Amino acid sequence: MITAKNIFKSFDDLDVLKGISIHFEPGKNNLIIGKSGAGKTVLLKILVGLMKPTSGEIWYDKLNFTQLHHQELQNLRLEVGMLFQGSALFDSMTIEENIRFPMDMFTSKTKKQKVNRVNYCLERVNLSGINNKYPSEISGGMQKRVGIARSIVLEPKYLFCDEPNSGLDPKTSIVIDELISDITHENNITTIINTHDMNSVLEIGDNINLLYEGKLAWQGSKDDVLESDNDKLLDFIFASPFLKRLRGKALESNGPS
Amino acid sequence: MYWKEIIRQMYDIGVGSVTIVALIAIFIGAVSAVQFSYQIGGSFIPNYYIGYIVRDMTIIELAPTFTGLVLAGKVGSNMASEIGGMRQKEHIDAMEVMGVNTASYLIMPKLIAAVFIIPVLVCIGAFVSIIGGYIASVPFGDLSHVDYIKGLRSFFEPFNVTMMLIKAVVFSFILTSVSCYQGFYVEGGSIELGKASTNAVVVSDVLILLADYIIALILTT
Repeated sequence: MITAKNIFKSFDDLDVLKGISIHFEPGKNNLIIGKSGAGKTVLLKILVGLMKPTSGEIWYDKLNFTQLHHQELQNLRLEVGMLFQGSALFDSMTIEENIRFPMDMFTSKTKKQKVNRVNYCLERVNLSGINNKYPSEISGGMQKRVGIARSIVLEPKYLFCDEPNSGLDPKTSIVIDELISDITHENNITTIINTHDMNSVLEIGDNINLLYEGKLAWQGSKDDVLESDNDKLLDFIFASPFLKRLRGKALESNGPS
Repeated sequence: MYWKEIIRQMYDIGVGSVTIVALIAIFIGAVSAVQFSYQIGGSFIPNYYIGYIVRDMTIIELAPTFTGLVLAGKVGSNMASEIGGMRQKEHIDAMEVMGVNTASYLIMPKLIAAVFIIPVLVCIGAFVSIIGGYIASVPFGDLSHVDYIKGLRSFFEPFNVTMMLIKAVVFSFILTSVSCYQGFYVEGGSIELGKASTNAVVVSDVLILLADYIIALILTT
């Protein structure tokens, strides 16, 4: 479990996060959603340690992440995987080298063990046999899947995904969502997904957290979304005029309750 | 992992820059010989001094300084762009999340490689520059082959070679650390990356010239 306690973050005079407190549960897809500029990326960067909060605490189970010593932080890092928005694959390395990179840096496994693990991870994301290709030789969706393979290669307890569907077509997005969701449930990982993709929210949102202007505006599961009357959530979910009309018609056909 | 990267950097910096260093060095030697020949023309200074002056100017000053300035432009801007590009494409963030010490992993191999390989380039530059002086003066009758060789062998101070190597090491440290710093802390988009690359060259050049003066002051007084 990861817990954010009363997180504030300011850049000069601009308050981006204003007292966010959230529990991210293991074995669930914990989604952070919200409009652009709501503070999602800043919160994710604080949770993963790429940014320090102005005040507040982050707890990884019983460890206060914001006060860990260097060695404790290093040990914890081995339990963290992250999928970046642009995949962040190293251009000069092959797919196999990319996925092997965390093992090369931090484990003493033999080359054969590493290659076996790489092959397992590639198989898990349905990309067997592309070991010797370079990132520039595969599609954006495949790069995302390789990013997932790299993020799970050390069998993490915590998985962070920053906009996993950005730049992907709807079908590929669903494949990526299902993959992340399956891996999360299979391995009881605490997965935190930063997204504004409505399909993801309604398909895999076990625990959804809506940020609005730096504050937590709504919490619930995908089943709670359609029943909620929270203005900010509805404004976000039914942002397009088409969806608004569709919802209006659905409410009309249901009649007054 | 680190050794592999150091070797790769040595190859990139060394083999990748040897042609431009040699090209510039040959002209520097040639111009030095022609201009010194012009200045001593009609005076009582013996001709073989051309070889002596080309040798010492090259070893003490021109080879390390010109190589440093040229490599700040070629290697330095490349390092700033490479690391800056990694910052912008979230590669550095990815490494930090994994727990990699990014400064050590990305900068140290470049620094070590540069400090070892750039002095080699400077030595090559000095050698080629002296050949350039020969090509520009002996075949055109400014002085004889024997005089040029006599000049090269006259008044030789081994300490000058030490000074050249000290300069080469200091200059390579400056250009690598400044360039990596500029790339590592780049923020924003492609315009900022371009500025970081330009800053890497400008700041490295200024610091190299300043260091050149300070080293000259310390080692010759």
